[in-house]
Amino acid sequence: MKLARDTWLIFQRQFLLVWRSPVWIGFALAQPVTYVLLFAPMLKLALKAEGVTTYTQAYRVYVPGLLTVMAILGGCYAGFGLLAEVRAGIIERARVTPVSRLALMLGRALREVVMLLVQAVIITLLALPFGLRVPIADLLLAYLLLALLSVMAVNFSYGLTLKVRNEAALGPMINTMSNPLMLLAGVLLPLTLAPLWLLRIAQWNPFYWSTNGMRALFSGHVGASSVWISMIIVVGLAVLALTWSVRSFQRSAQ
Amino acid sequence: MIETRDLRKSFPPARGRKGATVEAVRGVSLSVGEGEIFGFLGPNGAGKTTTLRMLATLIVPDGGQATIAGADLLKDPAQVRRVVGYVAQGGATWDEVTAREELALQARMYGIGKAEAWRRASAAVEAFELTDFADRRCKTYSGGQRRRVDIALGVVHSPKVLFLDEPTAGLDPQSRAHMWDEVRRLRKEGMTVFVTTHYLEEADALCDRIAIIDHGEIVAEGTPDDLKHEISGDVLAVTVSGSGPLAAELLSGQPYVHKLEIGDETGLRLYVDSGATAIPMVLRVLEGSGVELGAIELHRPSLDDVFLTKTGRSLREK
Repeated sequence: MKLARDTWLIFQRQFLLVWRSPVWIGFALAQPVTYVLLFAPMLKLALKAEGVTTYTQAYRVYVPGLLTVMAILGGCYAGFGLLAEVRAGIIERARVTPVSRLALMLGRALREVVMLLVQAVIITLLALPFGLRVPIADLLLAYLLLALLSVMAVNFSYGLTLKVRNEAALGPMINTMSNPLMLLAGVLLPLTLAPLWLLRIAQWNPFYWSTNGMRALFSGHVGASSVWISMIIVVGLAVLALTWSVRSFQRSAQ
Repeated sequence: MIETRDLRKSFPPARGRKGATVEAVRGVSLSVGEGEIFGFLGPNGAGKTTTLRMLATLIVPDGGQATIAGADLLKDPAQVRRVVGYVAQGGATWDEVTAREELALQARMYGIGKAEAWRRASAAVEAFELTDFADRRCKTYSGGQRRRVDIALGVVHSPKVLFLDEPTAGLDPQSRAHMWDEVRRLRKEGMTVFVTTHYLEEADALCDRIAIIDHGEIVAEGTPDDLKHEISGDVLAVTVSGSGPLAAELLSGQPYVHKLEIGDETGLRLYVDSGATAIPMVLRVLEGSGVELGAIELHRPSLDDVFLTKTGRSLREK
């Protein structure tokens, strides 16, 4: 149907653009390598208070957190790419065509998702020699959760970008929002280390739930409540974010 | 092909800022026939681009109606989008793709199938003479080349109406002439073209009919020749150094001067029956008066004169 076709069209073009930008690819690949090789080896000792005794356990705690950070940051900065396209007149040209508005947002978001998943696979593979072991089915479920997380973050960023339309204002806004989101999700250090008041606040953060859900999946606990709770939350928010970004797009005609 | 009635659009001041609401377009009614090149002439800020963007469905009008190729602009903008093409002033291509790829994608965005889209892309490459660079990336193109690609993108889906926003702004004279040829070629193929411009020569040379717009309202409409003939006789452009108002006073009382307009501080325009006989009389009047005469030019009325008589301002001084 038209939406699927249009989305595929937009996705193809967006992906082609990434493919042709060696800078993006290099950066996208460098990020995971840096984190896994340079930072993670310190984790076994750092997470001792968590009851972590092996590298395997350390990575099971760390990798989901890292992937969440990448989803948040990748999502946030997707807005700048959109803004560049607005400035170049590309968005306006698309607006005059009958292409589905939802496809315009979704096609772009899917490109970000694919890039994130590629990085996630690389991270997972790099962590294997360090001892990470995850059942395949659980891993795929974790990737699904990650993909939905990315769709949510990216579309939230698009909605915000289309409202603000100004790089100078967008940068600080994104920084201000992403930092507490990441810290309150327990990405670097699990929030079980946190005092109760901090935990209570964190429970309002969807990323907190998704990180826990992903950690449960990486440990093979598919049945854990955090898994399905986080799925529901993230699916719901992804739909909301998509609706918002499409609305922002339609309203931003000037 | 295009009928509008009383289109209006106002822009409120930005949130948190003081200032008046800007009434960009105040009741524009016009009619464009099929297969004609219609020009929208006016100074910057007159409301040309806003009107154009309303017709291209980019902005929702505050009031009024419009029908484009049989589709109602307010009730069925989706249908309008299918039959119009729009080329913005700045152009719109990614850097890292080639013109051919852009053309194919553009066609596909209009629902044209893959094979047909690539075929149309090749046809457009030939028609617009893009063959030399169509397979290089867009970031390597010059301004004029990019502009040709932009227009090709606007027509690849064979619209009935093409909207061009200041198509030759910033181009050198040769590229401008080429652009005019392209537009004429499109007309020959049956397309209706709606052009906005602030260049007199463009409106004069290129357009079949024009509407002159100032401050959001149409002040004149017709073919360029008809509009110029409304001003009968000749135009004397008199340049004085120093006291323009004094010269104006002296000359406006003269019996052979129908009308006198002050263009700017040192220039006057006198509308007379016969320029040749008026010149010696003007010289005599100014000789003893202490006004220093710089130059006198005699010419037939231009669109600038039309603008001047209708609005009291010259289009050229912007």
